[in-house]
Amino acid sequence: MNLTVNGQRKNFSAPLNVEQLLTFLKLKHDQVVVELNREILIADKYVDIQLNDDDTLEVIQFVGGG
Amino acid sequence: MDKLIIAGRSFDSRLLAGTGKFASNQAMVAALESSGCEIVTVALRRVDIDNPEDSLLSHIDRERYLLLPNTSGARNAEEAVRLARLARAAGCEPWIKLEVTPDPYYLLPDPIETLKAAEILVKDGFVVLPYMPADPVLAKHLQEAGVATVMPLGSPIGSNRGVRTRDHISIIIEQATVPVVVDAGLGAPSHAAEAMEMGADAVLVNTALADTADPAAMGRAFKKGVEAGREAYLAGLGPQRNQAQASSPLTGFLRDN
Repeated sequence: MNLTVNGQRKNFSAPLNVEQLLTFLKLKHDQVVVELNREILIADKYVDIQLNDDDTLEVIQFVGGG
Repeated sequence: MDKLIIAGRSFDSRLLAGTGKFASNQAMVAALESSGCEIVTVALRRVDIDNPEDSLLSHIDRERYLLLPNTSGARNAEEAVRLARLARAAGCEPWIKLEVTPDPYYLLPDPIETLKAAEILVKDGFVVLPYMPADPVLAKHLQEAGVATVMPLGSPIGSNRGVRTRDHISIIIEQATVPVVVDAGLGAPSHAAEAMEMGADAVLVNTALADTADPAAMGRAFKKGVEAGREAYLAGLGPQRNQAQASSPLTGFLRDN
């Protein structure tokens, strides 16, 4: 299964939900926000959302800014 | 000092601080603490998935500081609205520093896209603090749209050039129905004091705090500058004159003519 995560195309083995993806990427769930195909996801639902081939995700976090 | 009220919320400090460009998280924390600020801006960016780093938020005490996410990087209203909604989804209160800067060289705010985004975000329940050109007419339009502050620029972001838009900021202050926060370009405590003496309700500073050998000391210096300017404004500055007006008596000189 191919996913585009933050602009990078990567191959993952299915099945995979959003929670598993974040764990695989070593990201802390409470420090990021996730958009799947331009829809903002609610953190409580990560485990329920199965990813599909060609999905596009944005994983975003806060950084320093003015 | 008198309190700053934004959207019904009360703050003791009239200095808002940014968190960008500090040499280390420790330096940032020290500058925030010494500045006495209570509102801090942050940005949203993609995680580097090959090399994830701890979130900035682990260094910011959310009990002490109100997080004000910005929409930096947005080139139009649509991108700004997307970033604002992401920030809210990340668990922030719905406060947003709206900034739409299509030109990467001067980072000047786009008045038309900023107004469009402000209208959408206010309807969506956000408390909107827009970074804007120092344009009194735009300030009126933004206020009609329901923004919580107006934040005219003193000079371009990170330029440290001070209040170069003084005359227009004065008109904005005179006509404002919401707090006026002078944002961007304030490079020295004297710049912050100048804005406050003019009657600005607050200032927002980032580069000046980050781009110094001693951010903690600069935070203290800006705190004093803001407080000095506010007190002077409240006291009322004396009128300016072209001719001298002696401070010492013009009688009793030790001479006969």
